[in-house]
Amino acid sequence: MIEPVSTQGEKTDEIVKNVKFKVLRFDRDTIPSPRVDSFDVPVKKGMTVLDALQYIKENLDSTLSWRFSCRMGVCGSCGMFINGFPRLACNTQVLELEADVVDLKPLPNFDTIKDLVPDLAVLFEKHRSVRPFTLRKDIAELDNPSGEFFQTTDELQRYLQFAYCIKCGLCMAACPTVATDRRYLGPQALTQAHRYNMDSRDEGRDERKDEALGTHGVFRCHFAGACSEACPKGVDPAFAIQLMKRDALKASFGLLRKKKAAPLAPKVTSGKRMEGVPDAPKRTV
Amino acid sequence: MQGSEFKKNRLGLMGWLSGGRYGVERYAYTLHRLTGLAILAYFILHIFVTSARVLGEEAWNTVMGFLNSPAFKVGEFLVYLAFAYHALNGIRLVLTELGFFLGTPCQPVFPYSNSVKRQRPVLVVVMIVAAVVVLLGGVDFLRAFPGE
Repeated sequence: MIEPVSTQGEKTDEIVKNVKFKVLRFDRDTIPSPRVDSFDVPVKKGMTVLDALQYIKENLDSTLSWRFSCRMGVCGSCGMFINGFPRLACNTQVLELEADVVDLKPLPNFDTIKDLVPDLAVLFEKHRSVRPFTLRKDIAELDNPSGEFFQTTDELQRYLQFAYCIKCGLCMAACPTVATDRRYLGPQALTQAHRYNMDSRDEGRDERKDEALGTHGVFRCHFAGACSEACPKGVDPAFAIQLMKRDALKASFGLLRKKKAAPLAPKVTSGKRMEGVPDAPKRTV
Repeated sequence: MQGSEFKKNRLGLMGWLSGGRYGVERYAYTLHRLTGLAILAYFILHIFVTSARVLGEEAWNTVMGFLNSPAFKVGEFLVYLAFAYHALNGIRLVLTELGFFLGTPCQPVFPYSNSVKRQRPVLVVVMIVAAVVVLLGGVDFLRAFPGE
């Protein structure tokens, strides 16, 4: 479980201890049978697992592979199985693990391309399948927008939490239903379906229904809650899925209020621009 | 590179069985599924056993005599245990699926709270009630043994 770190935040050059990193290695051509390689890494305060992997790559074994980009918990690339729990390597400090041995494995429930690199293609396929974008009947307005759609703060709060997903795949690796049902859409895609269903600007609930409420949709979830515990951004996929089930039940009894897509916000016709605020840039599309 | 060339890394049943470092709800999930399967297996066996009735009184008495042994009493108690857990945990799951005890969506601020933590007290209460039901049933089952 992700807990806040209070004392290990500052980076210093002082080596606190040596930690053994046991890394599962696999390569289709050179290591067809997976094996575990051990590396001793001198750990400093504030050092993340990603830093440790960089140290191994630079000093101990240049063939080690993993995927990363932003180094700050935003891009969702460096998800891996760290000491039996799916985490982002960049978001996990080694000392926070309170262990002398750190086990690193690729994310389970995804095929492995090499070493710690999972094949996330299936995640994106499932994500695409729920049509995670605003669907509206006024296609002309979508194609050629003339203004902003009106949305209140309350309407924003209904989906904002679920919009923080970075598609790292940790929830899919944590989910026990994904482990046994290959076709289950999983917490990531279902949460995104709910995110758009709850968006007041969207009216695509019916178009997502077949996929999201189908045989391998929300009702495959039995609330193990592992997805919400693993999520590094506080998205709470289990919550979105339960709310989606509730809405599906309401809809089946005709109790779900028919949603009318948010209208265009009225044009500002009066008022004066605040001093020093520049004009909006010219449209590029 | 095609998907088939990658190493398969699906957890399969281990995804159910190794609760790992996740919360107690993951164990509750596994137990719920296993007890569900156990009750289903019992149901099939139950239909098979009671179907002996159509073969006549003698067949029925033979089967009942066979089942009236301590081993089957223990088995019945295990089914009762599975049923008590599955039913009570099922009520919790139905309530959470209806959105109860989960809170309301909010902007995530670190350290994050989540719906799983918010409903955990309900899980604890359900487990206590299940334990009481199992204990009461256990006393009743003990009475069924000869000499008790």
